[in-house]
Amino acid sequence: MNNWWINAILALLFWPGLLSGALFGWFLLWMSRKFIARLQGRQGPPFYQPFFDFWKLIGKKTIIPNGVNPVLFYALPIIGLISIIFALALLPVPGSSGISFEGDLVLLIYLIEMPVLMDVIAGYVTRSVYAQVGATREAILTIAYNLPFLGALIALAVRLHSFKLATFAAAPISIATILAAVALFVALLAQLKVNPFSIPNAEQEIVAGIHVEYNGLPLALFELTHALETSLLVGLISILFIGPFTSIWMKLLIFFVVAVVVILLTNITAAGTARLKVQHAFKFYWTWGIAATVLVVAAALIL
Amino acid sequence: MSNIFSRLIQTSRRRSPWVYRINAGSCNGCDIEVAPCFSPRYDGEQIGAVLQGSPKHTDILLISGPITLRTQEMVKDVYQQIPSPKAVIALGSCPASGNVFHGSPTIVGSAEAVIPVDLYVPGCPPRPQAILEAIQKASVMLEKGETRSQREVSHE
Repeated sequence: MNNWWINAILALLFWPGLLSGALFGWFLLWMSRKFIARLQGRQGPPFYQPFFDFWKLIGKKTIIPNGVNPVLFYALPIIGLISIIFALALLPVPGSSGISFEGDLVLLIYLIEMPVLMDVIAGYVTRSVYAQVGATREAILTIAYNLPFLGALIALAVRLHSFKLATFAAAPISIATILAAVALFVALLAQLKVNPFSIPNAEQEIVAGIHVEYNGLPLALFELTHALETSLLVGLISILFIGPFTSIWMKLLIFFVVAVVVILLTNITAAGTARLKVQHAFKFYWTWGIAATVLVVAAALIL
Repeated sequence: MSNIFSRLIQTSRRRSPWVYRINAGSCNGCDIEVAPCFSPRYDGEQIGAVLQGSPKHTDILLISGPITLRTQEMVKDVYQQIPSPKAVIALGSCPASGNVFHGSPTIVGSAEAVIPVDLYVPGCPPRPQAILEAIQKASVMLEKGETRSQREVSHE
């Protein structure tokens, strides 16, 4: 029992939780910025950029807008951050001492939704029209991208007869896994809010979207949550490919390589496309998303 | 321990200057010169500078134009919305002296009369290299606590 607690705390705080999740997430975010800069013919930021951005925001004074409940203003990013840390601790990365039980996939899906929900509430709470438009768009987009996301995960669960994430990480690579990874990747574009689906934080039209009134420490927490979300969602695709390997170092290497490839593909898409309108994004996910879901479920049941 | 943290935060102030620009009656010349700072040729992202859309996310305020009477309240408002520590850079000759508009009854003529300015970039308009150098200098001032917003707070 005692050992279980130590393992759980290690998983929450170090691997794959807060510390390594943040470092990995910052690395992936830096790579996105650098890669997009290189595609545009720029040099791009140095690799420590997201780290210093976070600490600078911590060091700034926080202004609470007039008429906003201060408790709510601070609580929303904190709840989002805590949920995403718990979600990361469930991820069966190689070498994780983490918590694993039958049904942890369902818990993971709930926890992934929490920061999104907090974002939407934050948009409405801060009483800015831009933030409210952003929150509406984010809420609509959530309904859209969850279709291929949940479809792919459910199809895998049906195929492996288990709702346990550790089974996912141990499964051999098959056509169904690859199709599921593609469906997860399609959902990832909207989850990370990169270009064709950067609708909720559209810089040129609604200033900074949901976080327009956030500043200082709460904004830093939102940025940290975004970094952790990045490493979690990219890691979720990566663990589908580590099954066939036995050595832990090989697993770690494959995990890392797949994560980097996923981020590069995401940014090629982001740099090569323009922002869609929210109704077009919705239509995209409800036609191609359904097609991808049907394909994944069929592959999972038949092949 | 708290020493390490304050050192870390000071360094990150230098490494991550986020910029917001405000046009206070400028002819748009200075604003056109700001855009190339973030283009492939000059690429301000190398020093961590990013253009922000919201004053709440800002460290450095770029202000251009001779501060017309109609904009001075907005300039004050935007300045107060920026969380401290913050630095202000006046772009071009207009916010320094009024430039060709000097003596006009519709301008304040000096940014100094409205908000505390830390750095002036001379030129009409200034070149992007000069603007980037000012951003770099302002971020060093933020690190050392030398901006006027930081000094005036510590005096109180």
